[in-house]
Amino acid sequence: MRIAARVNGLAWSGEVEPRLLLSDFLRSEVGLTGTHVGCEHGVCGACTVQLDGEPVRACLMFAVQVDGREVTTVEGLAEAQPGEAITVEDLHPVQRALHEAHGLQCGFCTPGILMTAEAFLRDNPTPSREEIREAVSGHLCRCTGYHNIVEGVARAAELLAADGPAAHDDDDR
Amino acid sequence: MKPPPFDYVAAATVDEALEALADTSVETRPLAGGQSLVPMLNFRLAVPERLVDLNGIDELSRIEETEDGGLRLGAMVRHRQLEHDPFIARRMPLLSEATPFIAHPQIRSRGTVGGSVAHADPAAELPAVLLTLGARVRIARRSLGGEPGSRVERTVGLGEFFLGPFFSALEPDELLTAIEMPPSAPGEGTAFDEVARRRGDYALAGVAARVRLNSGGVCDEAAISLVNGGATPCLMREAARTLVGQEPTPEVIEATAAACAATSEPAADMHASEAYRRHLIQVLTRRVVSRAADRVLT
Repeated sequence: MRIAARVNGLAWSGEVEPRLLLSDFLRSEVGLTGTHVGCEHGVCGACTVQLDGEPVRACLMFAVQVDGREVTTVEGLAEAQPGEAITVEDLHPVQRALHEAHGLQCGFCTPGILMTAEAFLRDNPTPSREEIREAVSGHLCRCTGYHNIVEGVARAAELLAADGPAAHDDDDR
Repeated sequence: MKPPPFDYVAAATVDEALEALADTSVETRPLAGGQSLVPMLNFRLAVPERLVDLNGIDELSRIEETEDGGLRLGAMVRHRQLEHDPFIARRMPLLSEATPFIAHPQIRSRGTVGGSVAHADPAAELPAVLLTLGARVRIARRSLGGEPGSRVERTVGLGEFFLGPFFSALEPDELLTAIEMPPSAPGEGTAFDEVARRRGDYALAGVAARVRLNSGGVCDEAAISLVNGGATPCLMREAARTLVGQEPTPEVIEATAAACAATSEPAADMHASEAYRRHLIQVLTRRVVSRAADRVLT
């Protein structure tokens, strides 16, 4: 089946089999391997991406369902200068915050957490620790014990507030 | 962990979906939010020949008032919509209270009301909550031998809809199109609570309650239903009757909670014994009935 979608702002079109999961589509067809595949039945949260800005499990959707829609993956967060490698300065505030708070160890679960946290902080820019826990409850992390993930999301809220609301959507991020 | 091959139809209207479902020579399943069906496909527990995707049908996403002042939720209304809609919070606060217990935010972005009811999972929150609210299910099929686009519709009370675990009154050529609830009456209070090992997991047990008190503080109507309290999402009619005609004092509520636990039929599994689930049902019933009664008075 032919689909045309936008992935991280870039147009993608081509043929896909109906049974191709969105997670496998992103990794093998689009070549974006930042979206990690963990449990493949909607429990672990590693494959979380944003569909039109809303966090969803990429393993519980089919590629054919994103026809005409916008998908954002972890690769869509940081913005490098044209032709240059991504540096720490290019990282999205949510990425920088998780890094600063030591909110990751092996990093397997991190892309999903970033996509959830980014959407969550857009809806709720000044969350309580309890609200953060609820927001990231759909992610399994076997390394950190979660404490520093919660701290990282709280730190991200501070960084985003310091950057100002406009910085979120323009080239400054 | 990859779904089996299937044919895919993206329906743009209810009639297109009914047209596809009417051809029963091909095993066809409607695809709503996919948060239960897609895991079943990934595990190959379900192997349908064709999926009819309902996600493009705008007319199924409406939340509207019914002729009698009740509420109609289109089958494709997402959990996320229920959770955040101020109209729902005002009109059916039980829905807003219970929705955050359903899985996780990412699942609620996709999961739908109609999908949850049609899936008929005794461990799901929405079927139990909707039972308590006296909901009914709107069902449509293409009329046999009729012109394309001609429909036969029927309405089934939710109490008669659930026939067994993951088994409902829905026929293979039928589509659940909406859930309707009668208006809430003055003097009503509702509450929901559950116990789960981890936030977002399936609950070990959960209880939803609705009570109506008259001006004298006597209960003249009550409904209690259980999550994971039996083979189907179930109304606890006998337990609810112990409240009717009584003032909801702690003693009366305790008797109701005991009756609810005694008449429940929870299963034992690796997560909890039957006795522990009964204990939870008793504690949770006491808690939600008290809370529902308090909400009438305040």
